[in-house]
Amino acid sequence: MPQETLFQESARVSNRANPYPLYAELRRTPVSRESDGTYVVSTYREVSSLLYDPRISADPRNSADPPPMYKNPNAPPPEPSFIQLDEPRHEHMRRLTMKHFGPPRSPGRISGMAARIGQLVDKLLGAHQGRQEIDIVQDLSYPLPVMVICDLLGVPLEDEPRFRDWSDILTSGLDPDPSLQNDPAFLQRIFKASAEIRVYMAELLKAHRRTPNDSMLSAFVNDPEARAQVTDGEFMSIAILLLIAGHETTVNLISNGVLTLLRHPDLLARLRREPELVPAAIEEVLRYEPPVQFRNRTTLADVSVAGVTIPKGAEIILLIAAANRDPLRFPDADRFIPDRTDNQHLSFGSGVHYCFGAPLARVEAQIALREIIRRLDGPVLAVDPPPYRFNPALRGPSHLVVNFERLTD
Amino acid sequence: MTEHLDSRTDRFTRGRVVIVGASLAGLRTAEALRQEGFTGALTLIGDEPHLPYDRPPLSKQVLAGRLPVEHTPLARLHDLEASWRCGVPAVGLSLADGHVLLADGQHVPFDRLIIATGARARPWLHPAEAALDGVLLLRTRDDASRLRARLAAGSPRVLIIGGGFIGAEVASVCRALDLRVTVVERGPAPLAGALGTVVGSIAAAVQRDHGVDLRCDTTVTTLEGDADGRLRRVHLSDGDTLDVDVALVAIGPLRNTEWLAGSGLAADPRGVVCDAFCRAIDERGEIQERVFVAGDVARWPHPLYPDELLSVEHWSNAVAQARTVAQNLVHGPAAYRAHTHLPSFWSHQFGINIKSAGVPALADQVLITQGSVDDRRFVAAYGLGGRLIAAVTFNQARMLPVYQALIEASAPLPIDFKASDRPSDTRPLPAGFPAAPQPSPTMAAPTRSRAEHAATSAMAMEHAASRTSLTSDAG
Repeated sequence: MPQETLFQESARVSNRANPYPLYAELRRTPVSRESDGTYVVSTYREVSSLLYDPRISADPRNSADPPPMYKNPNAPPPEPSFIQLDEPRHEHMRRLTMKHFGPPRSPGRISGMAARIGQLVDKLLGAHQGRQEIDIVQDLSYPLPVMVICDLLGVPLEDEPRFRDWSDILTSGLDPDPSLQNDPAFLQRIFKASAEIRVYMAELLKAHRRTPNDSMLSAFVNDPEARAQVTDGEFMSIAILLLIAGHETTVNLISNGVLTLLRHPDLLARLRREPELVPAAIEEVLRYEPPVQFRNRTTLADVSVAGVTIPKGAEIILLIAAANRDPLRFPDADRFIPDRTDNQHLSFGSGVHYCFGAPLARVEAQIALREIIRRLDGPVLAVDPPPYRFNPALRGPSHLVVNFERLTD
Repeated sequence: MTEHLDSRTDRFTRGRVVIVGASLAGLRTAEALRQEGFTGALTLIGDEPHLPYDRPPLSKQVLAGRLPVEHTPLARLHDLEASWRCGVPAVGLSLADGHVLLADGQHVPFDRLIIATGARARPWLHPAEAALDGVLLLRTRDDASRLRARLAAGSPRVLIIGGGFIGAEVASVCRALDLRVTVVERGPAPLAGALGTVVGSIAAAVQRDHGVDLRCDTTVTTLEGDADGRLRRVHLSDGDTLDVDVALVAIGPLRNTEWLAGSGLAADPRGVVCDAFCRAIDERGEIQERVFVAGDVARWPHPLYPDELLSVEHWSNAVAQARTVAQNLVHGPAAYRAHTHLPSFWSHQFGINIKSAGVPALADQVLITQGSVDDRRFVAAYGLGGRLIAAVTFNQARMLPVYQALIEASAPLPIDFKASDRPSDTRPLPAGFPAAPQPSPTMAAPTRSRAEHAATSAMAMEHAASRTSLTSDAG
């Protein structure tokens, strides 16, 4: 069995609760070639410059080792959604989708969700009236983004048990663990989930074409401009992307935020006194405990970075979570400072692939965190560190049990 | 060397600093001085009655009526506790006595002087025609108010003389307001002075697509008024005569250096010569340790463009040079930093965001490296002698930082990124700059003055380079 690389070690389950010391070690070599030929980039300047670089491809079809769902010998590969496309197709698909999500064409879509998000948080927290324990992940930070994304997209909430499993399996494809990636049973699970979610989404999009409503998917799949330029397979891929990315990441943001604040009771008290600091605190949670720890890319040409020439066709891992703690970029980088200024973290990426859903994630996390801080009296962590979700790329607790004295109104 | 800088550790934190020029460069220098720990007396002198305001919106949002001109003051980044002399221009400088002379006869003494008097719009060459009611310039708030009032009132046809960035932005606003507009450009394409004819001809197509009556290789022969002195008609070199009631003269800048005549400093309509540390140089080629230069009025040497003195009218340079000047003024020679900011600017016109890094006007080659000219989304890379020296983006600003890093590394040209959006034809073309370049950016005349020679001399650059590495190691 080959020697485990430093990056693989950082992604190991036993290091999930605190990979940061290993990230600090990785940063000593800003661009390091792992024994498997992968290049891991871990410093802020280098990660941010590569996120902008046109020689870097997000398209798995340019990769010698594409993600599992592209490896099915018995089925044609799915059309990539825009997160896995390069220019100019990426920009084109993204613009057609954004038309129904944000400004200038849909300026009210996200801000219009705020009241609804507030009601959902109220309902989820209100269910704990009279109790003194809450599992933040299972009772709030997972169900909230699911309800919100279902509402926004027009996906029936009662289908959640079905897409929860598919989503879980498909996102595990981001796990770099070689023992997983080389396991035929794992690949079979991914092929199956990929096929099933596509059948599900095809039916759902057909329903939106038959009976449009005011949801985003209805608007998108019935838009004549989009219909002229987007294939049915692409519509499916984009809808699946929005559904999965719309909740798998925000859950970590909210959970990591609560966890971090409960580890800093003085800062929690301060935010309770000064709720107007919550938006800045969310940015610091994003920097300090990013929901997405790293992203994979492929080089289209030789690229020289920090004195290392990454050859054409190499796999690179942009270690966002390490870059966010780079002391050359952030003073006191390992400290959580909720009112930090100049906080240009990379947790939503940067460049053309900057997170499509960032505005929605921010609104959800701001409202959820504000209400949790306001309403839970005397909250303490029941277990620290908490158990983590299996996935090292989308890192966050799987349960976060918090004891409290009472729930205020 | 003065009493304040007699050892490596001494900082200049007290005494009197006078800043002539109260716009972006002057204000940001004043703020940076306070940030660096200067606690002495600070005086800002400006020829306009207004406190510092932001100019980029004047030719865009203000003119379009989306932003009232009163809403353009510059954000204050630091408490200044400064003495302001707004509306009283400086008219003279005595280096020997250490004072600035104001138009009202006052003397303002200084221990350190910062020259940040910027530039003004070059007026129409015939004074009688320039005086006609309806012949306007655009540089100041008051200029913008006047032009806005004319556009808001409606006009049968607006004439714009000069197809540079100001001319193009105003033409864009006119079209957005559904006004007929004619742009008269002396050269072969709009924006060609700054971006060359290859990219300029793309800009020409954009303008024509938006209904601009663009006339290149054409000049205005006469502006004709009526008996009441109102502009009525324009005669063009192509033989045409047009009825117009508004003419914007947008034929470039003149640096505000007249007040320095007789001071001994190397100042002319192209600007004030300074060294890499932004210290003014006098006509004999001697460095004036007590006088610094910042913003549009400065002509300074840049390590990436040897043998040139750069002078630019860029917002970001004013801000960056302000920081360099304040740092060098306060911390003194032991901590001098060279001003190595890479020139960059942006424009917004006809729905297109244009951004530039480096100095395209010095290039001999240009090639489209990414995107599509037809979609008006592309990156143009500019080279000189086989090295990348500048890049310009149309609606592709996100790509610019990559090119910026390559310009700073003097990367070889042609570059091949194998980018997914590279056009089928990536062969370099002649960039197409006029043989005699426009005054901005300024190329040193073949026979150099002593001051220009001093500013660009190899020694000065070496000195600058060694200082840069010293300070960056220390920092």
